[in-house]
Amino acid sequence: MKFAIALFSAAHAPSSRRALLFAQAALAGGHEIVRLFFYQDGVYNASGSVVTPQDEQDLPKQWRAFVSEHQLDGVVCIAAALRRGVLNEEEAGRYQRDAVAVGVPWELSGLGQLHDAVQDADRLICFGGA
Amino acid sequence: MPKSLLIISRQAPWSGPNAREALDIVLAGGAFDLPIGLLFMDDGVFQLAAKQDAKALQQKDLSANLQALPMFGVEDLFVCGDSAAERGLDLDGRSLEEARVLTAQEITALIDRYDQVITL
Repeated sequence: MKFAIALFSAAHAPSSRRALLFAQAALAGGHEIVRLFFYQDGVYNASGSVVTPQDEQDLPKQWRAFVSEHQLDGVVCIAAALRRGVLNEEEAGRYQRDAVAVGVPWELSGLGQLHDAVQDADRLICFGGA
Repeated sequence: MPKSLLIISRQAPWSGPNAREALDIVLAGGAFDLPIGLLFMDDGVFQLAAKQDAKALQQKDLSANLQALPMFGVEDLFVCGDSAAERGLDLDGRSLEEARVLTAQEITALIDRYDQVITL
Protein backbone atom coordinates (compact mmCIF):
# COMPACT_ATOMS: atom_id res chain seq x y z
CA MET A 1 0.00 0.00 0.00
CA LYS A 2 1.11 3.57 -0.69
CA PHE A 3 1.04 5.75 2.42
CA ALA A 4 1.32 9.49 2.81
CA ILE A 5 2.18 10.53 6.37
CA ALA A 6 1.34 13.95 7.78
CA LEU A 7 2.75 15.05 11.12
CA PHE A 8 1.39 18.03 13.05
CA SER A 9 2.96 17.76 16.52
CA ALA A 10 6.30 18.94 17.91
CA ALA A 11 9.36 16.68 18.24
CA HIS A 12 8.81 16.09 21.97
CA ALA A 13 5.19 14.94 21.52
CA PRO A 14 4.37 11.23 21.86
CA SER A 15 2.43 11.40 18.58
CA SER A 16 5.61 12.35 16.71
CA ARG A 17 7.30 9.22 18.06
CA ARG A 18 4.30 7.15 17.00
CA ALA A 19 4.55 8.66 13.51
CA LEU A 20 8.16 7.51 13.19
CA LEU A 21 7.35 4.04 14.52
CA PHE A 22 4.46 3.80 12.06
CA ALA A 23 6.67 4.89 9.17
CA GLN A 24 9.33 2.34 10.10
CA ALA A 25 6.73 -0.41 10.41
CA ALA A 26 5.17 0.53 7.06
CA LEU A 27 8.47 0.11 5.25
CA ALA A 28 9.32 -3.05 7.18
CA GLY A 29 5.96 -4.45 6.08
CA GLY A 30 6.81 -3.88 2.44
CA HIS A 31 4.67 -0.78 1.99
CA GLU A 32 5.64 2.43 0.27
CA ILE A 33 5.76 5.93 1.76
CA VAL A 34 5.10 8.40 -1.03
CA ARG A 35 5.83 11.43 1.13
CA LEU A 36 6.26 12.67 4.68
CA PHE A 37 4.70 16.08 5.17
CA PHE A 38 5.47 18.06 8.33
CA TYR A 39 2.98 20.82 9.09
CA GLN A 40 2.12 23.08 12.04
CA ASP A 41 4.37 22.19 15.01
CA GLY A 42 5.43 19.09 13.08
CA VAL A 43 8.07 21.24 11.37
CA TYR A 44 10.15 21.05 14.58
CA ASN A 45 10.79 17.38 13.82
CA ALA A 46 12.99 18.48 10.93
CA SER A 47 14.94 20.98 13.01
CA GLY A 48 18.61 20.38 13.56
CA SER A 49 18.49 22.97 16.32
CA VAL A 50 16.60 20.78 18.78
CA VAL A 51 18.81 19.61 21.66
CA THR A 52 17.42 16.57 23.46
CA PRO A 53 18.61 15.57 26.96
CA GLN A 54 21.00 12.62 26.76
CA ASP A 55 18.65 10.15 28.43
CA GLU A 56 15.79 10.97 26.04
CA GLN A 57 15.11 9.99 22.43
CA ASP A 58 16.46 12.47 19.92
CA LEU A 59 13.55 12.37 17.51
CA PRO A 60 14.75 14.96 14.95
CA LYS A 61 18.00 13.01 14.67
CA GLN A 62 16.10 9.73 14.25
CA TRP A 63 13.83 11.22 11.59
CA ARG A 64 16.85 12.55 9.74
CA ALA A 65 18.56 9.14 9.78
CA PHE A 66 15.37 7.34 8.76
CA VAL A 67 14.60 9.64 5.83
CA SER A 68 18.21 9.58 4.63
CA GLU A 69 18.58 5.83 4.91
CA HIS A 70 15.43 5.11 2.91
CA GLN A 71 15.79 8.13 0.64
CA LEU A 72 12.24 9.24 1.40
CA ASP A 73 10.56 12.40 0.20
CA GLY A 74 10.54 14.50 3.38
CA VAL A 75 8.73 17.80 2.94
CA VAL A 76 8.45 20.54 5.55
CA CYS A 77 5.74 23.14 4.97
CA ILE A 78 7.54 26.36 4.21
CA ALA A 79 4.91 28.73 5.64
CA ALA A 80 4.63 26.77 8.89
CA ALA A 81 8.43 26.56 9.12
CA LEU A 82 8.97 30.29 8.56
CA ARG A 83 6.40 31.11 11.24
CA ARG A 84 8.28 28.90 13.70
CA GLY A 85 11.81 29.92 12.80
CA VAL A 86 12.77 26.59 11.25
CA LEU A 87 14.64 27.91 8.22
CA ASN A 88 16.88 26.30 5.67
CA GLU A 89 19.87 28.09 4.20
CA GLU A 90 17.94 29.56 1.32
CA GLU A 91 15.17 31.03 3.49
CA ALA A 92 17.61 32.28 6.11
CA GLY A 93 19.36 34.14 3.31
CA ARG A 94 16.12 35.46 1.87
CA TYR A 95 14.92 36.85 5.21
CA GLN A 96 18.36 37.74 6.50
CA ARG A 97 18.30 35.49 9.55
CA ASP A 98 21.37 34.00 11.23
CA ALA A 99 19.99 30.66 12.27
CA VAL A 100 19.76 27.80 9.77
CA ALA A 101 17.89 24.86 11.31
CA VAL A 102 16.99 22.59 8.38
CA GLY A 103 19.15 20.95 5.76
CA VAL A 104 19.48 17.63 3.95
CA PRO A 105 17.40 15.44 3.67
CA TRP A 106 14.51 17.86 4.15
CA GLU A 107 12.89 20.03 1.55
CA LEU A 108 10.92 23.17 2.37
CA SER A 109 7.92 23.47 0.10
CA GLY A 110 4.27 24.49 -0.06
CA LEU A 111 0.93 22.94 0.84
CA GLY A 112 0.53 21.77 -2.75
CA GLN A 113 2.93 18.97 -1.78
CA LEU A 114 0.44 17.77 0.83
CA HIS A 115 -2.40 17.71 -1.69
CA ASP A 116 -0.17 16.02 -4.22
CA ALA A 117 0.67 13.30 -1.68
CA VAL A 118 -3.02 12.87 -0.80
CA GLN A 119 -3.76 12.24 -4.47
CA ASP A 120 -0.85 9.87 -4.91
CA ALA A 121 -1.32 7.74 -1.80
CA ASP A 122 -3.85 5.01 -1.07
CA ARG A 123 -4.04 6.24 2.52
CA LEU A 124 -3.17 9.45 4.29
CA ILE A 125 -2.16 8.79 7.89
CA CYS A 126 -2.10 11.81 10.23
CA PHE A 127 -0.33 12.14 13.56
CA GLY A 128 -0.61 14.85 16.18
CA GLY A 129 -3.68 16.67 14.88
CA ALA A 130 -6.31 18.11 17.19
CA MET B 1 -10.97 11.20 -10.60
CA PRO B 2 -9.15 13.15 -7.89
CA LYS B 3 -9.46 11.93 -4.32
CA SER B 4 -11.66 14.02 -2.03
CA LEU B 5 -10.34 15.47 1.20
CA LEU B 6 -12.26 16.64 4.26
CA ILE B 7 -10.64 19.02 6.72
CA ILE B 8 -12.16 18.99 10.20
CA SER B 9 -11.24 22.24 11.93
CA ARG B 10 -11.59 21.89 15.70
CA GLN B 11 -9.68 24.86 17.12
CA ALA B 12 -10.98 28.25 18.19
CA PRO B 13 -9.85 31.11 15.95
CA TRP B 14 -7.71 32.85 18.58
CA SER B 15 -6.04 29.87 20.26
CA GLY B 16 -2.96 30.00 18.03
CA PRO B 17 -2.23 29.50 14.35
CA ASN B 18 -4.10 26.17 14.12
CA ALA B 19 -7.38 27.46 12.73
CA ARG B 20 -5.59 29.58 10.14
CA GLU B 21 -3.30 26.71 9.15
CA ALA B 22 -6.26 24.34 8.78
CA LEU B 23 -7.93 26.90 6.53
CA ASP B 24 -4.73 27.27 4.48
CA ILE B 25 -4.91 23.57 3.55
CA VAL B 26 -8.46 24.10 2.33
CA LEU B 27 -7.61 27.22 0.33
CA ALA B 28 -4.61 25.50 -1.26
CA GLY B 29 -6.81 22.56 -2.24
CA GLY B 30 -9.37 24.95 -3.72
CA ALA B 31 -6.65 26.68 -5.72
CA PHE B 32 -5.71 23.30 -7.22
CA ASP B 33 -9.38 22.63 -8.04
CA LEU B 34 -9.47 19.56 -5.81
CA PRO B 35 -12.68 18.22 -4.26
CA ILE B 36 -12.30 19.52 -0.73
CA GLY B 37 -14.67 19.97 2.18
CA LEU B 38 -14.38 21.86 5.45
CA LEU B 39 -16.23 20.96 8.63
CA PHE B 40 -16.17 23.21 11.69
CA MET B 41 -16.49 21.12 14.82
CA ASP B 42 -15.92 21.37 18.58
CA ASP B 43 -14.18 24.70 19.38
CA GLY B 44 -13.77 25.20 15.62
CA VAL B 45 -17.37 26.47 15.49
CA PHE B 46 -16.17 29.69 17.18
CA GLN B 47 -14.52 30.57 13.88
CA LEU B 48 -18.04 31.29 12.61
CA ALA B 49 -19.05 33.57 15.48
CA ALA B 50 -20.31 36.90 14.18
CA LYS B 51 -18.80 40.27 15.07
CA GLN B 52 -15.38 39.09 16.14
CA ASP B 53 -12.94 41.84 16.98
CA ALA B 54 -9.52 40.56 15.99
CA LYS B 55 -7.91 43.94 16.54
CA ALA B 56 -8.70 43.84 20.25
CA LEU B 57 -6.41 40.80 20.44
CA GLN B 58 -3.85 42.35 18.10
CA GLN B 59 -4.56 39.53 15.66
CA LYS B 60 -5.40 39.31 12.00
CA ASP B 61 -9.04 38.72 11.20
CA LEU B 62 -9.71 35.14 10.15
CA SER B 63 -13.30 35.67 9.05
CA ALA B 64 -12.19 37.64 5.98
CA ASN B 65 -10.23 34.54 4.88
CA LEU B 66 -13.29 32.38 5.50
CA GLN B 67 -15.32 34.55 3.16
CA ALA B 68 -12.76 33.77 0.44
CA LEU B 69 -13.65 30.06 0.47
CA PRO B 70 -16.47 30.21 -2.11
CA MET B 71 -14.18 32.34 -4.32
CA PHE B 72 -11.60 29.55 -4.18
CA GLY B 73 -14.24 27.13 -5.36
CA VAL B 74 -14.73 25.54 -1.93
CA GLU B 75 -18.46 25.11 -1.56
CA ASP B 76 -18.65 22.05 0.66
CA LEU B 77 -18.75 23.90 3.97
CA PHE B 78 -20.29 22.39 7.07
CA VAL B 79 -20.69 23.17 10.74
CA CYS B 80 -21.56 20.81 13.59
CA GLY B 81 -24.85 21.97 15.11
CA ASP B 82 -24.28 20.03 18.34
CA SER B 83 -20.87 21.68 18.92
CA ALA B 84 -22.47 25.11 18.52
CA ALA B 85 -25.37 24.25 20.83
CA GLU B 86 -23.01 22.88 23.51
CA ARG B 87 -21.15 26.18 23.45
CA GLY B 88 -24.21 28.42 23.39
CA LEU B 89 -23.23 29.74 19.97
CA ASP B 90 -26.16 30.93 17.88
CA LEU B 91 -25.50 29.87 14.31
CA ASP B 92 -28.31 31.99 12.89
CA GLY B 93 -26.02 34.98 12.53
CA ARG B 94 -22.90 33.00 11.63
CA SER B 95 -20.29 34.76 9.58
CA LEU B 96 -20.12 32.04 6.91
CA GLU B 97 -23.75 31.54 6.03
CA GLU B 98 -22.82 29.12 3.22
CA ALA B 99 -21.83 26.55 5.87
CA ARG B 100 -24.55 23.93 6.25
CA VAL B 101 -25.51 22.97 9.80
CA LEU B 102 -25.26 19.20 10.29
CA THR B 103 -26.38 16.77 12.98
CA ALA B 104 -23.99 14.18 14.45
CA GLN B 105 -25.62 11.53 12.27
CA GLU B 106 -25.14 13.60 9.12
CA ILE B 107 -21.48 14.16 10.07
CA THR B 108 -20.91 10.42 10.29
CA ALA B 109 -22.26 10.06 6.76
CA LEU B 110 -20.22 13.08 5.62
CA ILE B 111 -16.90 11.66 6.85
CA ASP B 112 -17.80 8.39 5.18
CA ARG B 113 -18.19 10.11 1.80
CA TYR B 114 -14.62 11.49 1.73
CA ASP B 115 -11.56 9.53 0.62
CA GLN B 116 -9.19 11.20 3.09
CA VAL B 117 -9.69 13.20 6.30
CA ILE B 118 -7.41 15.58 8.19
CA THR B 119 -8.42 16.73 11.67
CA LEU B 120 -6.69 19.82 12.99
